[in-house]
Amino acid sequence: MNNLLEIRDLNVAYGGIQAVRGISFDVAEGEVVTLIGANGAGKSSTLRSIVGLVKSAGGNIMFDRKELRGLSTENIVRQGITLVPEGRRVFVNLTVYENLKMGAYMRKDRLDEDLDWVYDLFPRLKERSWQSAGTLSGGEQQMLAIGRALMSRPKLIMMDEPSLGLAPIVVQGVFDIIREINRQGVTILLVEQNANMALKAADHAYVMETGRITMSGTGAELAENEEIRAAYLGKAKKS
Amino acid sequence: MDWLSKNLPYLMAGISVGGQYALIAIGYTMVYGILRLINFAHGDIFMCAGLIMVYSVTVMPMYLAIPFVLVTTVLIGFLVERVAYKPLRSAPRMSVMISAIGVSYLLQNLALYITGGLAQQYPTIPWISDVITVFGVTTKRVTVITPFLVILLVVSLVFLIQKTKIGMAMRAASKDFETSQLMGIKINSVISFTFIIGSFLAAVGSLLFFSNYTGVTPTVGAMPGLKAFVAAVFGGIGSIPGAVIGAFIIGISENIIKGLGWTTFSDAFTFALLIVVLICKPTGLFGEAATDKV
Repeated sequence: MNNLLEIRDLNVAYGGIQAVRGISFDVAEGEVVTLIGANGAGKSSTLRSIVGLVKSAGGNIMFDRKELRGLSTENIVRQGITLVPEGRRVFVNLTVYENLKMGAYMRKDRLDEDLDWVYDLFPRLKERSWQSAGTLSGGEQQMLAIGRALMSRPKLIMMDEPSLGLAPIVVQGVFDIIREINRQGVTILLVEQNANMALKAADHAYVMETGRITMSGTGAELAENEEIRAAYLGKAKKS
Repeated sequence: MDWLSKNLPYLMAGISVGGQYALIAIGYTMVYGILRLINFAHGDIFMCAGLIMVYSVTVMPMYLAIPFVLVTTVLIGFLVERVAYKPLRSAPRMSVMISAIGVSYLLQNLALYITGGLAQQYPTIPWISDVITVFGVTTKRVTVITPFLVILLVVSLVFLIQKTKIGMAMRAASKDFETSQLMGIKINSVISFTFIIGSFLAAVGSLLFFSNYTGVTPTVGAMPGLKAFVAAVFGGIGSIPGAVIGAFIIGISENIIKGLGWTTFSDAFTFALLIVVLICKPTGLFGEAATDKV
């Protein structure tokens, strides 16, 4: 299959501290790929360096056969990548509708069709389109953050901990949506601490520990792996 | 009636000068809104607009000089941001503020060098400097025009910020730089645009202000700049309606105090107001609750 994103030997450092130590992985077109791992493993740093919010110290980031390293964030997102940031980061001073329009900021064509698409996926957003985003609940804000990302018509959506701080039933909703938008043809790179849900949704999965990728496989393989079960899924090793 | 006819001139002067402060105050409040920076050089950009007018009328007719002043002032505001603030984008906020103070002194001293320290006579702009009589009060036409022009500009500005794409980008960027970049917004363009609007309004303010107070000195920007800054703080820094209302209140109060015969205390009143606001309601009339140390 065609690799949409290829990461080779990526390094990220903050001052003297190396957050990401030479990782390599691929995201094939049309797949859901997940990066799981504990707090501080370097997952967010990986995503943030792909979109250029932090400068990577070395390696290659190939997207659609184009090198992204060294490009500015606004140029990277113009290639068709978008990031749903950790903590949702909706614009609380803008209305729901305006937030969605911000998602399509780079586009010059008509938005009606995509607005309908997003409102179809998230009927709650349609009901609240004239409310300011700050008045939404956490789950609704996450829906808005995803909807806003979809409005740029990305080839690849990266999501940083979309289930963070949400009630279990809402988390289920978020993962349903992830599957749904993937089914509609959007490639997804998902960073999660909720390994259980992430592995179920993923075609391919990578495990990150202290800046390195220590394991990889299909979502189902890793979900069955004894070490993973013990370390991330809270299930005792079978004796 | 007698009281009114006695005080109307002061009220009118107050509204007029309040409008001129408002045009300067918007520049402070918008830059603060997006960069959390008090642009101390803003009053001096206002002074530069005055000086450019003084010199440009010596080489070109008035109808060219006015647009020339507007364009060059905008250019100065743009360049100041690019040269003195942009390189410090990720530096601590205090560094940018010190840079702003540096730019302020730089502009003042450049002006001192060019003018030789002598007050320059501001040219008379025809029509707006004509003497007219309204309600039995004799005044320059600029006094009457200012509040209407200010309201027109503020309404257009609010429209720009609320209804246009670039306005939406400005509001988004004022909340969250990083996420705005993820939307594909060029943050630096948005910031430049903010400085361009602020400088443009300061230039318009200078055309009006110097038609009444015709001596342009290198430090002439300091006092109106400071008062506009007080107005922005009073209205709640970051808020455009706040800055405008604050500016009108300060302009009117100052002139009423002058009307009462306490001219000596009119400036003191403004700064006393600043102290009271900072103690009692640091976020101002319309400010956000978030607190930042400056």
